[in-house]
Amino acid sequence: MMGVNFLADLTIKGKAGLLLILAILISLPFWSSSYIISVATITLYLAILGQSWNLMLGFAGLLSLGHALFVGISAYLAAYVFSVLGLPPVISVFPAVLLAILMGMLIGYLGFRFSIGGVYFALLTIAFAELVRISVDHMGFIGGTEGLFLPVSEGDRKGVDLINLRGHPFMFYYLAMVLAFLTLAGCRTLLKSKLGYYWQAIRDDQDAAQALGINVFRYKMYAVIYSSGIAGVAGVFYAFYQNSLFPESVFGIERSIEVTLGPIVGGVGSLFGPVLGAFILTPLGEGLTELIDFLKNSGIIDPKLKLNGLKLLIWGLVVSLIVLFKPRGIWPWLSDKLGFCRTEGD
Amino acid sequence: MAAFLEIENVSKSFRGLKAVSNVSLNVEEGGMVALIGPNGAGKTTLFNLIAGVFPADEGRITLAGNDILGLRPDQICDAGISRTFQLVKPFPDMTVLENVTVGALHGAQNIQEARKAARNNVELLDLANKIHLPAHSLTLPDRKRLEVARALATRPKLLLLDEVMAGLRPTETDEMVAVFKSLNQETGITILLIEHVMRAVMSLSHHVAVLHHGKKISEGTPGHITQDPEVLDCYLGEEEDV
Repeated sequence: MMGVNFLADLTIKGKAGLLLILAILISLPFWSSSYIISVATITLYLAILGQSWNLMLGFAGLLSLGHALFVGISAYLAAYVFSVLGLPPVISVFPAVLLAILMGMLIGYLGFRFSIGGVYFALLTIAFAELVRISVDHMGFIGGTEGLFLPVSEGDRKGVDLINLRGHPFMFYYLAMVLAFLTLAGCRTLLKSKLGYYWQAIRDDQDAAQALGINVFRYKMYAVIYSSGIAGVAGVFYAFYQNSLFPESVFGIERSIEVTLGPIVGGVGSLFGPVLGAFILTPLGEGLTELIDFLKNSGIIDPKLKLNGLKLLIWGLVVSLIVLFKPRGIWPWLSDKLGFCRTEGD
Repeated sequence: MAAFLEIENVSKSFRGLKAVSNVSLNVEEGGMVALIGPNGAGKTTLFNLIAGVFPADEGRITLAGNDILGLRPDQICDAGISRTFQLVKPFPDMTVLENVTVGALHGAQNIQEARKAARNNVELLDLANKIHLPAHSLTLPDRKRLEVARALATRPKLLLLDEVMAGLRPTETDEMVAVFKSLNQETGITILLIEHVMRAVMSLSHHVAVLHHGKKISEGTPGHITQDPEVLDCYLGEEEDV
């Protein structure tokens, strides 16, 4: 049902394009390298997170700069109960997502109850993410700064165990693909529902929205709940894909910012923008790392040259160019050019 | 018998300035009442008090006998009051139809039903040929129409119109007046309007109240108001000078 709906606003060309992309994605493991699969998995993972972040800012006008928090606490919870109790992620995903949602609700409650809007709300999300990062640093039972490691045995990377999320990298790749598609379809359904209309109304003009009978507090809370919930699901995936969690690399502000870049490049507020953004930025960053390594190995540039920040520099440049020349992102412009989406009409 | 909307001795000050001072006004069910007065007289402040934007310092406002003072704007809408904004507030990135659908979702069972109702309101306000345009591309008169269409879509019992005819051409004003008249006759909707366009006030309202410096200085039939020396002195007379 969701899938059928999903196709409704694509033109014939758009459907063909979607089929082609799906065909490439599904067949990727059969003709590419394991390295490309790992890049593609991270890309899909970031597409899910971009979608989650876009739901808050693009749909409801709520700027979160602490999305790593929702991912992180969910990842930590699922990883902890797996390593201590052996509880499989298929079960722990529920409390993990619930924890992410509760965290979202707490931030949302404080922000919306006391009318902390715009950039101040973003500061609140950063504050909570940092608070949790520093707290986890000092929590010995989940590893503190030493990190939390999931038990991995030799045979784990061979099979397919979806209950325990242990298996071949291809399993993670396909799982990420399914999750990314479900997130996209789910967000589309939400956007076309009463919730989506209300979120956009609140985003565009809160006073007018309230005058039309919208309980602004409640609908903003729904946005945070859905967004943090999706991030929570992604967090469980991340924990079992990475097998190691460190406070800095999970909750750090870089992680939260990374989440925002895909949607900004692809198009905030659009459905496919976050996906497109992830598919532009992640391969770009990885390709650049590869290129530098290649240049160093072949002696074209001095191997001792430190170019650690170059990836971030290039990303910054890309984002600046997008903001300057395509402030609504690439997707709205691209889909117009390609004629992939039906224009609004019954 | 108690009136549909009863405003009793309502006052509101901002930093010591009395924006609305001890104003009382009754609006009968199915009535069309105009609120006129010079700029800064407190008309929009009175609207905002009714619409729940901010609380009153003193006084009482009831709708069909129920106290509505202190309710949030969305609860006021639930109670059956819908309003337009003098400084129009469209949802700029949504289309005309989507704008009105947001209003129509108030009380509608589902999106389809809301879109259908929204379509009717869009046609009623003569925006049918712009139905899929984003609201930010509309001209000011069209934005005013959109405000009305969106407010009507919530199916209010009482409609508060804040200068919706400002900037319209005389023929367009007459068209909008005709829309309100027929709505009033067909659905029995009660209308309270703030308006400077006297052409509209005269042909639309059954009853007119005049505010000046936050106080109600006169009220009565349109004919009575235009003869009141105090009103002529502070408001209507000025226009003749121009």
